[in-house]
Amino acid sequence: MVSKTLYDKLWDSHLVVERDDGSALLYIDRHILHEVTSPQAFEGLRVSGRKPWRLDTNIATPDHNISTDRAEREAGVQGISDQISRIQVQTLDDNCDLFGIKEFKMNEMGQGIVHVMGPELGVTMPGMTVVCGDSHTATHGALGCLAHGIGTSEVEHVLATQCLVATKMKNLRVTVDGELGFGVTPKDVVLAIIGKIGTAGGSGYAIEFAGSAFASMSIEGRMTVCNMAIEAGSRVGLMGVDDKTIDYIKGRQFAPKAALWEQAKAYWKTLVSDSDAPFDSEVRIHADTIAPQVSWGTSPEMVSPVSENIPLISNQTTSEQKQTLRRALDYMGLHEGQSISSILIDRVFIGSCTNSRIEDMRAAAAIAKGRKKAESVKQVLVVPGSQMVKSQAEAEGLHEVFLNAGMEWREPGCSMCLAMNSDKLGAGEHCASTSNRNFEGRQGIGGRTHLMSPAMAAAAAVSGHIIDVRELLSGVG
Amino acid sequence: MRAFTKHRGLVGPMDRVNVDTDMIIPKQFLKSIKRSGFGVNLFDELRYLDEGEPGQDCSNRPLNMNFALNQPRYAGASILLARKNFGCGSSREHAPWALDDFGFRVIIAPSFADIFYNNCFKNGLLPVILTEDEVEFLFKELYETNGFSLSVDLLQSEVVMESEQKFNFHIDEFSRDCLIKGLDEIGLTLQNSGEIKRYELKRASMHPWIFGEIE
Ligand code: SF4
Repeated sequence: MVSKTLYDKLWDSHLVVERDDGSALLYIDRHILHEVTSPQAFEGLRVSGRKPWRLDTNIATPDHNISTDRAEREAGVQGISDQISRIQVQTLDDNCDLFGIKEFKMNEMGQGIVHVMGPELGVTMPGMTVVCGDSHTATHGALGCLAHGIGTSEVEHVLATQCLVATKMKNLRVTVDGELGFGVTPKDVVLAIIGKIGTAGGSGYAIEFAGSAFASMSIEGRMTVCNMAIEAGSRVGLMGVDDKTIDYIKGRQFAPKAALWEQAKAYWKTLVSDSDAPFDSEVRIHADTIAPQVSWGTSPEMVSPVSENIPLISNQTTSEQKQTLRRALDYMGLHEGQSISSILIDRVFIGSCTNSRIEDMRAAAAIAKGRKKAESVKQVLVVPGSQMVKSQAEAEGLHEVFLNAGMEWREPGCSMCLAMNSDKLGAGEHCASTSNRNFEGRQGIGGRTHLMSPAMAAAAAVSGHIIDVRELLSGVG
Repeated sequence: MRAFTKHRGLVGPMDRVNVDTDMIIPKQFLKSIKRSGFGVNLFDELRYLDEGEPGQDCSNRPLNMNFALNQPRYAGASILLARKNFGCGSSREHAPWALDDFGFRVIIAPSFADIFYNNCFKNGLLPVILTEDEVEFLFKELYETNGFSLSVDLLQSEVVMESEQKFNFHIDEFSRDCLIKGLDEIGLTLQNSGEIKRYELKRASMHPWIFGEIE
């Protein structure tokens, strides 16, 4: 038998039709919808008089532009103060009701950021194809499924046909072997990978993350890594199934039970790349070379270990690189050669589908505990990724830790990751953020984003500037 | 879908790498539940000096005249010349909607981000990949020539300058065919309904837990 990569296996098992021109119809097992990229797709269905192909495969929740403010949330959809946002959330509710699609509504248990809520409910499982109109859908690949973001026309296509027109990607394996150093987290690993291969390094590839560093990571940590595959240019990031994957799914709301569970489990265990499967490209990094990372520029590849300085323009080879660096530093209000730890922080955002799961909340709380937000920091937003994360964190008393430290404990949603609601940066403000994109204006017009791990963001919050979290962990500083 | 066979038009520059979809259409405009009307907010943060709000009348907003596309010489451009990794970031289809609504029919760049590239075809917008050297050459010509225009011929898969110099490009057959014929992709896929149903039956017997849990 031919050796296959995990991606090959997932692709082959979902192939419905192969066309002569190299394109294929791929069957979609799970489709997650949210308020921002779905209204035009539902409208398209209505205009053409079509119905969803299957109902039991779709699941929806509002997350992108809902308020995270407790009082506003408690007022319900009618209480959403931004009228245009209100129409959008209402439209999702109406479309789901009309077409009969299961939705976890704004204040219901189960609601959350699409990529947090899917795995935690057992809605996404190994061996599935999972799509959503959001580019961070690769998150679900941590469970051994083929997951990627799609555009709104494709949302409509999946609703109407349960298939996607796709062409096969190439296989890239990123191997990280070894043990992560003290204070080094999954976020640091993925930022270091992007720093190494660049924002277009994974373009056209499905990235499989392999090696002992990922094997010893929790499923939450693996999701953080797969989440950012798109920041390396790849629509797909995935990892093979192991016992941890299976344990994670066990007992979740939509996970199979009894005999079906045993049957599913046996199949899931086959979802790993064959040992001699051929990859088109390979990247290797040793875990002990990775330090806590911070982005200093306007693209996720503009990232460095926290102990380093911003690169020098004269060290760039091409004039295009020089111009790109100059433009980024100009936007960020930083200068070449400046030490990363000298960057002052105005606001902190702990949340987003990259880092808003329970272990992220715990990591941030561990630093916040017994400390106070620095005076100079205007605001620290801690936004759990879902209702379930929120209630778990509250059961553990983490919200008290944040509140005692002068931080804000919010309602679940995307929040300042993309700043579609009122959680945003002012012009020129520097933000220590656990989200995934540091593009110009991403967190508010003129806002300056520094990507980092939850522990590093909490450390910045209590220090007022970027700081190596290990200094706080070891009690030095 | 609108068909595309051949287009001739004025070229405008977007001279920076990694132009992301947040830059093409900032998030505040994503609140719309419509597919049209995004053109006035294309590149909003670069194009205007003030902060744009959805639904606002843009005709009196202060323009950033340092932004190339605001210069009179590029007014009416329908072909955008861009740099590598154009359209990276968010999957928002609002990006091609905004480019299209503004009047662009073709985008030429050395590389595109995957999701954006796919989204273009669904909207009758043609993304053309030329080599870095060719794009560099075109930028030079564009800056030196007033009224610089190009013809883009999808049937021949070539970009033609007024001097008749030609550049070939490649597009996968399926997308090319759909674009030339203006095919409705959903209708096309539904022609395979039989195969989809057969696949579902087979799959349901092999992996029954995939079906019927979320009602
Ligand atoms: S948290 Fe950010 S990246 Fe994640 S789904 Fe929401 S907007 Fe997208």
